[in-house]
Amino acid sequence: MKLLNVTAGAVIAATGFCSAAFATTDLTMWYHGAGNKVESKIVHQIIDDFNKSQSDYKVALQSFPQNSYNDSVTAAALAGNLPDILDMDGPIMPNWAWSGYLQPLPIPEDHFKDFLPGTKGVYDGKLYSIGLWDAAVALYARKSTMKELGLRTPTLDKPWTKDEFMSALEAAKKSGKFDYAIDLGMSDKGEWYPYAFLPFLQSFGGGLVNRKTYDTAEGVLNGDAAVAWGNWWQSLFTDKLAPGTSQDPAAHETGFIDGKYAFSWNGNWNAVKTMDKVDDVEFLPAPDFGNGSKIGGASWQFGISASSKAPEGAAEFIKFATQDKYLAEFSDALGLIPATKSAAQMTKNYKTGGPLAVFYGLSEAQAEKRPVTPGYVVDSKVFQKAAADIADGADVIDTLDSATDQINADIKRNDGYKKN
Amino acid sequence: MRSSLTSANRAGWAFALPGIVLILAFIITPFFLGVGFSLTNQRLISPNATRFVGLENYREMLNIAVVDLQAKTDSAGKTVTDADGQAEFPRLRSITRNPDTPQYHGMQEWFRWVSGDTAHVVIASDVVFWKALLNTCIFVLMVAPIQAAIALGLALLINQKLRGITIFRTIYFMPVVVSIVVVSLLWRFIYSGQNGLLNNMLSFLSFGHFQPVDWLGNPHTALGAIITMSIWQAVGFHMVIWLSGLQTIPPTLYEAAAIEGSSKWQTFRYVTWPALRHTAVLVLIVITMQAFAIFAQIDVMTKGGPLDSTQTLVFQAVQRGYGMQNIAGGSAISVILFLIVLVISMIQRWLTRER
Repeated sequence: MKLLNVTAGAVIAATGFCSAAFATTDLTMWYHGAGNKVESKIVHQIIDDFNKSQSDYKVALQSFPQNSYNDSVTAAALAGNLPDILDMDGPIMPNWAWSGYLQPLPIPEDHFKDFLPGTKGVYDGKLYSIGLWDAAVALYARKSTMKELGLRTPTLDKPWTKDEFMSALEAAKKSGKFDYAIDLGMSDKGEWYPYAFLPFLQSFGGGLVNRKTYDTAEGVLNGDAAVAWGNWWQSLFTDKLAPGTSQDPAAHETGFIDGKYAFSWNGNWNAVKTMDKVDDVEFLPAPDFGNGSKIGGASWQFGISASSKAPEGAAEFIKFATQDKYLAEFSDALGLIPATKSAAQMTKNYKTGGPLAVFYGLSEAQAEKRPVTPGYVVDSKVFQKAAADIADGADVIDTLDSATDQINADIKRNDGYKKN
Repeated sequence: MRSSLTSANRAGWAFALPGIVLILAFIITPFFLGVGFSLTNQRLISPNATRFVGLENYREMLNIAVVDLQAKTDSAGKTVTDADGQAEFPRLRSITRNPDTPQYHGMQEWFRWVSGDTAHVVIASDVVFWKALLNTCIFVLMVAPIQAAIALGLALLINQKLRGITIFRTIYFMPVVVSIVVVSLLWRFIYSGQNGLLNNMLSFLSFGHFQPVDWLGNPHTALGAIITMSIWQAVGFHMVIWLSGLQTIPPTLYEAAAIEGSSKWQTFRYVTWPALRHTAVLVLIVITMQAFAIFAQIDVMTKGGPLDSTQTLVFQAVQRGYGMQNIAGGSAISVILFLIVLVISMIQRWLTRER
């Protein structure tokens, strides 16, 4: 007993001493970018700057490889071990918010009023996450190819129509100079599918799930518009305009640069690399298939875990990290779209007249988020399989019916993704 | 016996304890948890409480029916035919999305056969499960006998007293030591449809007459390609088990056979094979169980595609449990897989019992 008292006294004394000396709250932070040197250098620098800028909080970083990041967060949440600050892929946020992993940011939304819509993670009317950047997809083309094939250069105001797009692909195929007219990145079987291809379906007038009620996919994913999308999608592969699902990942990486493909449907994160190798590359907006030209929005974003004991501190850090200079720094290093216009002006690629400025416009004008529902994690997998199956030659209507049934069954299994 | 197991052998129990604890924690407990989960609507993550749903997950998975579609007829009552002269049938959604037949809602076509003007369509609530089950069975039926036979052949070849024989043993055993994920990645390059090693080799051997095949991208060749690669990968392991069996056969038996003037085949048939009986049972059961658990190759090489031609049960269990966050559905598949493997092992045990 005596020993216990002594120990307890010592502990109390020690804590008292520490808090008197430093008065610092420790915050933990998880980040998905392990393995990317440039990225982790910037993240470390932001954290260092933050820790030096004040003495109330001290952020410690733990990085994970992207492939296992979501699993790690899920495992940590089940074990009750979440960090204070964590980053997450935009479309998965509603699932984590619904599951109770996250708390709404204790920052007024006004603070982010200049941010691109795709960078704001709003679920259930509350802001849960904020991104330092957004990503955008564009049609990569060479000016020389465009000229040779006699194609009109599409603009944001006047994008290609479906017919123009298809005749461009046909012209590229006919020229006989390319293995395939367009590289869609079919080898990248994962979130790339819904991110890159769902906008096509949306531009046709279909969708993944009813976005008003989020309780069914019937008529949206298997309606006439969706069937039209499916038939068009399948024709790209049956007509040999695009390499199919067994495309070599290496060909997707370098195919456009090597001149194997006339066009490439690719993300802005590959733009800097491509510009280095292809002098006359230009980035064209998505074609309009009838309901406006659309691309996917929402990339990685920061949020605060529900179990954080110091959400104010975490919020301080997020405010600190979302300063323009860091947005610009990330953009310069990784080619991502900075979240604000003022930050864009500070970057070498996105300032007015910069080589990638077009992406800022794309993101602002065309970006549509993937369905904002906890069920998206499942919907995404269903869409991946449907898009791959149709590309592989499956019956379009049956495949879309089956995907619809799967999404509806999942919604039912989860009681409509409501909290009960 | 009893006393030696319980009291007089404390040290033995102490040594066994860590193993028993680990097996309890990581094999036996999860097994019962899996059975339990499969009777609920357990999800990977969800704020809502888990509910007991009885056999609902199994019903959803196993539900299967046959429906008939009548060929379309024109106004004169004649069957409408397409360009190839085949009768045209209405779409399946006229039944599965018809308010008059609610019992077929949410079901999809697995396969159909046509007789005259009627198409008999087998529909199931969970077609992917049935395809996965069928593929897994094909995989096991191909891999088990072929892999066991090749392994035995290799074991006989390397069970000789030649100089440098260990080099061959090492070579044959090498794929077993390399991680299956690495092996799968390498074979993806070998099978590549564009400039894969296999296509290049076949084209070279046939003086350019061979048309390149997209081995993993073609629904007709994908499963076969994975079967071939899987046999190659694990054959060394079973070769070693056969080899250990071969080396337990007393040389005197072979000497006696030689004195009797038996031929090589007779020696194998009447000396080697009977002596390998127990090894054969072991090898067959191990291969069968391993083959049912096929996962890594699928995950790395095809992800179940193209067109579900390489879906397998374990891949689906993982896909559902983690990908689709449906732990209950994944558990139900695991339980069914367990029952299948259990029944097959028992049949194999019975067929190869001591008579």
